[in-house]
This record gives sequence, structure tokens and C-alpha cells, in this order.
Amino acid sequence: MGLSADDLLARLREAFGERIVDAHQHCGDATVVIPRDAALEVFQALRDRPEFGFDMLVDLTAVDYLGQAPRFEVVTHLHSLSNNHRVRVKVRVPEDDAWVHSLVPLWKSANWAERECWDMFGIRFVGHPDPRRILMYEEFVGHPLRKDYPVEKRQPLTEERDPIEVGWKV
Amino acid sequence: MAEDLALRTEMDPLEELMELQMGPSHPATHGTIKFNLKLDGEVVIACDVEVGYLHRGFEKMCEQGTWTQAIPYTDRLNYVSPLINNVGFILAVERLCGVEVPPRCQVIRVIMSEVSRICDHLTCLGMASQELGAMTVAFLMIEGRELLWDIIEAVTGARVTISYTRIGGVTHDFTHDTPDRIRSALTHVRALLDDCDKLLTRNRIFYDRMAGIGAMSAADAISHGLTGPLLRASGVPYDVRKAQPYSGYERYDFEVPVGTQGDNYDRFLVRMNEMEQSMRIIEQALRGLPDGPVSITDPRFVLPEKHEVYNNIEGLMHHFKLIMEGAKVPPGEVYQAVEGGNGELGFYVVSDGSGRPYRCRVRPPCFYGMAALGEMMRGIMVADIVPTFGMINMIGGECDR
Repeated sequence: MGLSADDLLARLREAFGERIVDAHQHCGDATVVIPRDAALEVFQALRDRPEFGFDMLVDLTAVDYLGQAPRFEVVTHLHSLSNNHRVRVKVRVPEDDAWVHSLVPLWKSANWAERECWDMFGIRFVGHPDPRRILMYEEFVGHPLRKDYPVEKRQPLTEERDPIEVGWKV
Repeated sequence: MAEDLALRTEMDPLEELMELQMGPSHPATHGTIKFNLKLDGEVVIACDVEVGYLHRGFEKMCEQGTWTQAIPYTDRLNYVSPLINNVGFILAVERLCGVEVPPRCQVIRVIMSEVSRICDHLTCLGMASQELGAMTVAFLMIEGRELLWDIIEAVTGARVTISYTRIGGVTHDFTHDTPDRIRSALTHVRALLDDCDKLLTRNRIFYDRMAGIGAMSAADAISHGLTGPLLRASGVPYDVRKAQPYSGYERYDFEVPVGTQGDNYDRFLVRMNEMEQSMRIIEQALRGLPDGPVSITDPRFVLPEKHEVYNNIEGLMHHFKLIMEGAKVPPGEVYQAVEGGNGELGFYVVSDGSGRPYRCRVRPPCFYGMAALGEMMRGIMVADIVPTFGMINMIGGECDR
């Protein structure tokens, strides 16, 4: 293993100072919370600076804390192959203004992960090259992983698609 | 629409790109998946991959029941190697609970995970070679998988939907003859793999169909978040079992095979070698299998013995509370990665301290493989789509959840 979570957090605090809103360690996982406006810049530094070297975006998802403000947390798990350490980066997003910057310019794996996050939570990724739904169909109403989406909810039947128009929509 | 159709048929096929929709139900793609292709003759210019046909709402369903009730859902992610999913999920929960499992349970989990990994690779390679016409190999590999599934059935009671792990342990201990059965199955599987190796590895037809196709550089593979055999075929020796060992993997001596070209042939070789390494791990684990219990007895997480439930009011209440309210997992969040058959299988679980998962996110390795598939396919021939797709080893249950 590379750096321990506490050492990594100390270095991150030192490097980013006020751009880290909150940082903590739980069960050996390092977590930092960054503001939305500084997110791209921090992510870029996390990827490019050799002491961090987070070359792989392992996963990107969101958690819906219904009833709290801000409501959503966009959670990104990064992993550094060269230094063998991991970090979880969170960006908090309010419900009425649910967007974050897309990470596709930094990591290609963000592409489908962000599409899924939009599909499931309705969080927009600004700058995403292909912002379509991915697991659900385009006519689906709502975002199923939101806590206020009822499990039993039914969806209206959709029109049959024109077979010629199906396919490339980009 | 009729006019559109007429217009399309009048297009000159030599000047225009042809759009072809392959799937979602295509005989050569095992799994429901759709490729929207743009073709120049037989060459793929671009490919837009559509997934989601097998979406069951795994993550939503996990939030509805208790933590233990989520275990059967994990069986249905990668249904070729369900044990690894069980282990990954339960390791995440155990880390939140701060639970340490007994040594025998750890070793059993390692053995069963490696048996599952061999099953996974056998299925992937067997099906991929069958699609290239090597039917014999497919039958040999499925025979090997049957031998291993017999063991899984003997230990867990089911072949696929096994739900083998619990918080703090596993459901069943090995029977007295399990170690011998595993050893004899491994001897058979080795012999079968030897035959497969002779039939495929230096086979001219197979080599020509696989080598240089679907290649991806190490930098691209990392950027795409590829893990497992796909990343290792590109030459990056990343294996979760080595990088961040869990369940005592640091105690076993095994190698991480890597490729050089990152093409389909390397992916095949990496998987073939990994099966041998898995067998080495199983043999070492069987030699060092300790005695003792296979589960903790912590009453906060583990059901009481049946005679306690029937004869004792405390036992009955305790049983009732655990079943109805679920084990109280302390609040917090954890990301636990394990090395699945297709790569890094991660579980990100969030607990709010009630008996139910607040959020249970699975990081499916083949989802990221499918995301990279469009790029891998650029410039290959239509006939190469199927083996390239086969080497991703997409498992619908895991990719679409």
C-alpha cells in the first residue's frame, strides 16, 4: 500500500488549503469535499501532480441526502496506480441547481459514469460530450435513484419508435 | 417514413457510410446489447454501444431491505462468479461494522473466490472460442466449469444463486471431503486446459483472428478505467489482490500475468495464465486451511443457534429483531474493491445506522469495459466485433445492474 489515509489527507490539505471544504478518514478511506467552482482545477491537480498521481477514475456516482441542504453529493473515487493510494472526492450539489463540471476531459471513464449519474439522479454534467440517459430509455420520466422516486412507480407506455430514426442520436 | 426508406435504399453504398444496428438480440452476442455501427464496407468507422437492457434496479432494491437481504441481489450481478460479488459486498459491510472474521472463514472465502474466478475465465474463453468456430474448446471448458460448479453446489447448496456469505462469516463450512474434491477437480481442469492450450494458443486461424484486433494502449486503458484482464493485457500489472490485499491474499504466492500488445490475443493469454495462478492459490490455501469456526458469534450481527430460538425467550427476541429490523450497521461509508473475474469490483456502501443500506453502489468492471468498446472497435472488421466483445466478457447482470 502507498500512503496511509491520514498522511494523504495531510498532503492534500497542504496542497489545496482552502479549496478543501472538509476532509476526514473513516475505516481507512480518505475523503475530501471540495467546492463545485474549484472542482475542475483540483481534479486536474490530483491527476497531474506526481505526488498524487490519480491516473484512474475508478467510479463516479451520487448520493441523495433527501431533506438535507445541499441535497446531493457527487462522489468520485480516484485511484493512483503509480502511488497505490485511493481518495474519495465529494462535491455537494443543491437540488434546485443540480450540476457539476464534467470530468470527461480528464478521464475517459467519466463518460459513461456521468451519463449514469444523470440518468439515475438528474444531476447535469456541464461540458459532457454526450449527455444521454444510459440504463433507462429516453422517454423515462424522473430519476429512479432519487430517494423521492417511489419503488412501485409505473411509467407510461411509450410510442413505438421509428426504426429508421433509432440509433445514432449524437 | 416511406419516403425516408426509399431515399435510404437509393443511396450509393460505395459513397455513403452504412448504418447498421447490431442487436439488441443477436445470436452471436451473449447478452442483450446493441451496437449502432457506422460502416464503410466491412470496416467499422464508429460504434455507439447501447446498454441497459438488463437493468433491474439493483441499487434501488438494495435500499429497500436489510443488509442481509441485499446479499442475494449480489449473486445476480456477475452470475458466473457470484461468490466474488458476495465476498466484495460483505467485506464492505464488515469494514463498516469493524468485524474481523475467523481465519478459517478467510481462507474459505479465498478458495471459493478463486474457484469462481476460474469458472468466470472458462466461460469467457469457452464462449469466445465457440464464436470463432472452436466448438471443441467450448465443450472442454464448459466441462471444466461443471466440475467446479459441482464443488460450489456441494459447499453452498446451489450452483449460481448461492448467497454464501453473511456478516462475519459464511453460511456453510466445507464438508470433510471438500478439499479432496477440489484437488481432484483441479487435476481434471488442468488436463482440460492443457488440451485447450494445444488447440488454441498456437492455432494459426485462432491467432490470426485474435492478434492485433481490438488493441488498446496502456494509457488509454487506464484513462478508460479498465481493470482486470483487460488492463493487464495492456501491460499494467495492477491486481487488487496484490495492490490492496484483502482476506489475507498477501499470504499467497502468485504472479500477475501481463500482456504486451493489449489486443484480444493478449487478453486470451492473460486469462489462460490467470487460471493457473488461481489454481496455485487454491492449492496453497488448501494446504494451510486452519481449523475453527467459519463465522463469528457476535449477537449484533449473527443469528442465534436454532435451539436458542426455540427454547429461550432472549434467543427468540434476538432472532426476531435481526430478521425484522436487520443488523445495525454503524453509520459511515466505505469503498471496498475486490478483484472480480473481469476486474476491480467495487462496493461503495453508505449506512445511516438504521438496519438498511442508505446507498449501495456497485462499481461494475465490465461497464467500463463496454464504455471503452466503442473505441476498441474503431477500424476493425464487422467479423471482429464478436471476438472483441467476447474478450470484454460483458455479463449483463453486472453491466446493467
